[in-house]
Amino acid sequence: MKTETMIEEKENTAMNIIKKGRGELFTDPDPDHARIFFRKKSRKMVNKSMTLTKAIETFVHDGDYLAMGGFGGNRSPIAACHEILRQGRRNMGFAGHTASHEFEILSAGEVFDRVDAAYIVGLEARGLSPCARRYMQTGKVKVTEWTNYCISARLRAAAMGVPFVPTRNLLGTDTFEYSGSIIVECPYTGKKLALQPALYPDVAIIHVHESDVYGNCRIRGILKSDNDLARAAKRTIITCERLISNEEIRRDPSETTIPYFLVDAVCEVPYGNYPGNMVYEYFSDEEHLREWLKAEEDPEVFKEFLQRNIYDCKDHHEYINRNGGMEKILKLRTIEHLLHKEADK
Amino acid sequence: MKLQYNSMELMICVAARELEDGSTLAVGTGAPCAAAMLAQKLNSPNLAIMFEAGSVSPILPEMPISVGDSRASHKAVMVSTMGAIMETCSRGYVDYTFLGGAQIDMYGNLNSTYVGGTHQKPKVRFPGSGGANDFGSFCWKMMVLTVQDARRFVEKCEFITTPGWLQGGNSRYEAGLPEGTGPYKVFTNMAVMDFEPESKRMRIISINPGYSVKDVQDNCGFELLKAPQITETQPPTETELKILREEVDPHRYVIGR
Repeated sequence: MKTETMIEEKENTAMNIIKKGRGELFTDPDPDHARIFFRKKSRKMVNKSMTLTKAIETFVHDGDYLAMGGFGGNRSPIAACHEILRQGRRNMGFAGHTASHEFEILSAGEVFDRVDAAYIVGLEARGLSPCARRYMQTGKVKVTEWTNYCISARLRAAAMGVPFVPTRNLLGTDTFEYSGSIIVECPYTGKKLALQPALYPDVAIIHVHESDVYGNCRIRGILKSDNDLARAAKRTIITCERLISNEEIRRDPSETTIPYFLVDAVCEVPYGNYPGNMVYEYFSDEEHLREWLKAEEDPEVFKEFLQRNIYDCKDHHEYINRNGGMEKILKLRTIEHLLHKEADK
Repeated sequence: MKLQYNSMELMICVAARELEDGSTLAVGTGAPCAAAMLAQKLNSPNLAIMFEAGSVSPILPEMPISVGDSRASHKAVMVSTMGAIMETCSRGYVDYTFLGGAQIDMYGNLNSTYVGGTHQKPKVRFPGSGGANDFGSFCWKMMVLTVQDARRFVEKCEFITTPGWLQGGNSRYEAGLPEGTGPYKVFTNMAVMDFEPESKRMRIISINPGYSVKDVQDNCGFELLKAPQITETQPPTETELKILREEVDPHRYVIGR
């Protein structure tokens, strides 16, 4: 009978869904929708350098889903976070993919109202951010739980142009229950697999060591998922420590992590990761990061702190100048290269 | 002369002894990282540390503040991606992980997501999984280093962020987690625990100097099983303490807590 055959075929071919997480998907995992967007995106190798103010104005909109490069304040686009606050972005979605100081800043501006949470609120060994915690405890933010690997895998799926990739984490936990993952039975082995839906952010901001004006980027040190992030995002803003020539990029293409056609804007922002740690450049300003945590304890004090350090600053250089300027930067460069230890000997 | 040490120093020294030379370990910052660094400097110079931000087998010059900072990739053999590290764990190449959390239950499940209220409006929000669920799912032996406290050792985690033995028995593997993985040991300031092989319930295997079985049970929110032979934990040696204090954590970031 025809119906039976169809059922049989379905059983032979379909992946058996075991369980669905109850978490909301904040982005569309459909690769064909993304392909239509990417098809229209310009591939021209043109000068994309502009001010950070202009880049945020042009490419970061209220309601967009935002993801950031770097790992927990290390090689993170801190200058861009400040500019997003100054421009008052609201109702954004955000990928909390080990977002520490970035998350602290964006929470202070109440920039997002929905979060894919892998690692949020904390600053690793430094403790937890009182401000981020307060914001997440208001009930105003929609949260879907994931793990760090989930978000890496989701960006990988998007970069591959497929709707999901399977992994073997999440199983048996409440992290799964509150995620947007689906557990299925593997059609080859019968094993249980968690599907990680492709994550295509509307906009990614990635801080890199070097870029040319076209957006060919060099990243030193750990990559986290930034190679995939630039490929998955619909729009990508690059902030860089320094601009370099296209000739230099072409001299050694093995150094290029992100090619120009993925990039929409290139902003030269030296020390753009301050007060975070930019590997091989400058170490984190632990003293100033402690000031953040201390100020956050009292919402009134924190309001003033934000006024002084973000809202009253014209740009990131003014922020750095208000916190020790070049003298501080030189000290952080010394610490980064462990030169202070050599001096001790 | 009797050696003086605090409970954090004791926990780190005891935990470090588990990490044999030539093994691989996925770890975060804080006390577990101190244990890894101590092991590297004492008996396990070829202990390969993996940090989830992408660093493979660094030689730590001092304790990293973040697993993605410059210290965490100092003299590494490779810097890679988060996916590459997690997939190394998923393939079965990583022997150990050290984790912690706001709550741990009798099956070694961990909560680092929230406590009190609801998921949408929690009383206290914590970071969430980070890489913990991934490491706890994939690494062969999961170890926990934490303070013995009845508010932390709870009958049932309010939220299972990271899988331990789940509901005990065979439930971990029935859920689909890779065969042969699971919680192995728990190190606290008062005792060392493992998990009874059949029920997968936490049980005391050794008591730290100065404490009794009663002390451990009094500071635990569920009934602990007892191993047939409960031994006394070997206290830190002079060498362990010297290296821990002078080379691993000279600023006392962790051992001064």
